[in-house]
Amino acid sequence: MTHPMPDALLEVTDVRKTYGEKVVLRDIALTVEPHDVVCLIGSSGSGKSTLLRCLNLLEDVDDGVIRFEGREISDPRVDRREVRSRMGMVFQSYNLFPHLTVLDNCVLAPRRVHGVPKAEAEQRARDLLTQFGLADQADKHPDRMSGGQQQRAALVRALCTQPTLLLLDEITAALDPELVGEVLTIVRDLAEQGTTMILATHEMAFARDVATTVCFLDGGRILEQGPPAEIFTNPREERTRRFLARVLG
Amino acid sequence: MSEPVETWQPSARERERQAVRRSLRRRALLVSTVATVAFFAVVWFGTVSSPGWPSVKSTFFNWDDAKAAFPSIWHAFWTYNVKLFLIGEVLILILALAVALIRQSRAPVLLPLRIVAVIYTDLFRGIPTILLVFMLAFGIPALNLQGVTNSLFFWGLVALVLSYGAYVAEVIRAGIESIHPSQISSADALGLSRFQAMRYVVVPQGVRRVIPPLLNDFISLQKDTALVGAAGLFDALFAATDYANFHFNFTSYTVVALYFIVLTIPLARFTDHLQHRAMERERQGAR
Repeated sequence: MTHPMPDALLEVTDVRKTYGEKVVLRDIALTVEPHDVVCLIGSSGSGKSTLLRCLNLLEDVDDGVIRFEGREISDPRVDRREVRSRMGMVFQSYNLFPHLTVLDNCVLAPRRVHGVPKAEAEQRARDLLTQFGLADQADKHPDRMSGGQQQRAALVRALCTQPTLLLLDEITAALDPELVGEVLTIVRDLAEQGTTMILATHEMAFARDVATTVCFLDGGRILEQGPPAEIFTNPREERTRRFLARVLG
Repeated sequence: MSEPVETWQPSARERERQAVRRSLRRRALLVSTVATVAFFAVVWFGTVSSPGWPSVKSTFFNWDDAKAAFPSIWHAFWTYNVKLFLIGEVLILILALAVALIRQSRAPVLLPLRIVAVIYTDLFRGIPTILLVFMLAFGIPALNLQGVTNSLFFWGLVALVLSYGAYVAEVIRAGIESIHPSQISSADALGLSRFQAMRYVVVPQGVRRVIPPLLNDFISLQKDTALVGAAGLFDALFAATDYANFHFNFTSYTVVALYFIVLTIPLARFTDHLQHRAMERERQGAR
């Protein structure tokens, strides 16, 4: 077994995932250092979301190794909840709990999973909500807010547990263009603050500006990965070129 | 697009992991087996070793009495209890759905019906079913109405339908109300009428959600068919009482209990199966 680089936060080697006969991920290799922002790009069905779900142990991989903070988390004996308590995830469809207010959504995991006292958890949540322009929404229920506000609240909920790695699964895909901006601004701020993130996205301009590494997925493979300048201006693969030509217009 | 020929072989690490998963599964199987056997052994031993067990065994679990009581109870069970709930369930579903829909309706003309529906559910959920059976089975014939049947079976059935209709109506209403308003909006947007939106979009989803409590009510109904026996209908329970009184042995009650259980278990498994299938079809990630 290869030894992980000492300071790599996440190291993925030869990961494979199948649904029955269908191979959805193959030969995935990816290294994420602290403060990296990795953007996964590629057409729908290329495996971006599945990869994120495998990293968060929502799906079991069929082969390969995932190491997180120097420990193999693809081992069946690993405590999944313990891993997830240090990894945040935000979904395309927000998945806020509709029966709780925004504030209660945000303090649920810190209080119940991490054992943070109520006052402290609420203070931290309110600070983050304020930072994200949601100070006045804290006591509302999610369904009463706009899509952009809901997605920002979902981001705050993920951040409230102070994860070392943030996984964002096409978080702007369900938003209209006006609202995309307000969510991406926040992600950009997080990147500047040094948050380590892996995000599946269709926002190419954003990926070009913010990513430290861009991975182009095609048919379940990472066909090409590198710094955005390289991938966007001088892609090695013909498939990448065609994809970029299509999405960049 | 041609897929490359699959040459994948599990890596050494993956084979190791599969072995770990297998051993974890074996351990889980072992734990569940031991726990299950131990639990039932304790229950069995506790029952059999109690001081009164021999006499309980001969009065409640006597094989000869079971065989002797079987045919007459079967006849009563089939002609009355099974018929009562088979007919009853259909009528209850129709009545309950109608009441639930009326309570959900917004049309101004239907206001009087809405009032009736509210009074009906409040009133009939409040009256004990056995009282309702007595009131209808004894009260209606006492009115001496021309052309109205005095059949105990008929009025017992009506009492059960009225009582359970009120319960089931509320269950269905809860299901309907649990459907997100956006579903009605999108039905509206497609040009469906209010009734069509209910009929094709809301009710199918809402009813599916409340199938477990609906099943509860139906199982409860199956058992409550025995209440009509209390009003004098010669149903399974009455037949069992008859046998018990004549032979001084209660095994006939055990036989009735078995009849009811045998009836409900397949129904419960069948609805579980239906629900599971629907969930797998509609939801990604459901296991």
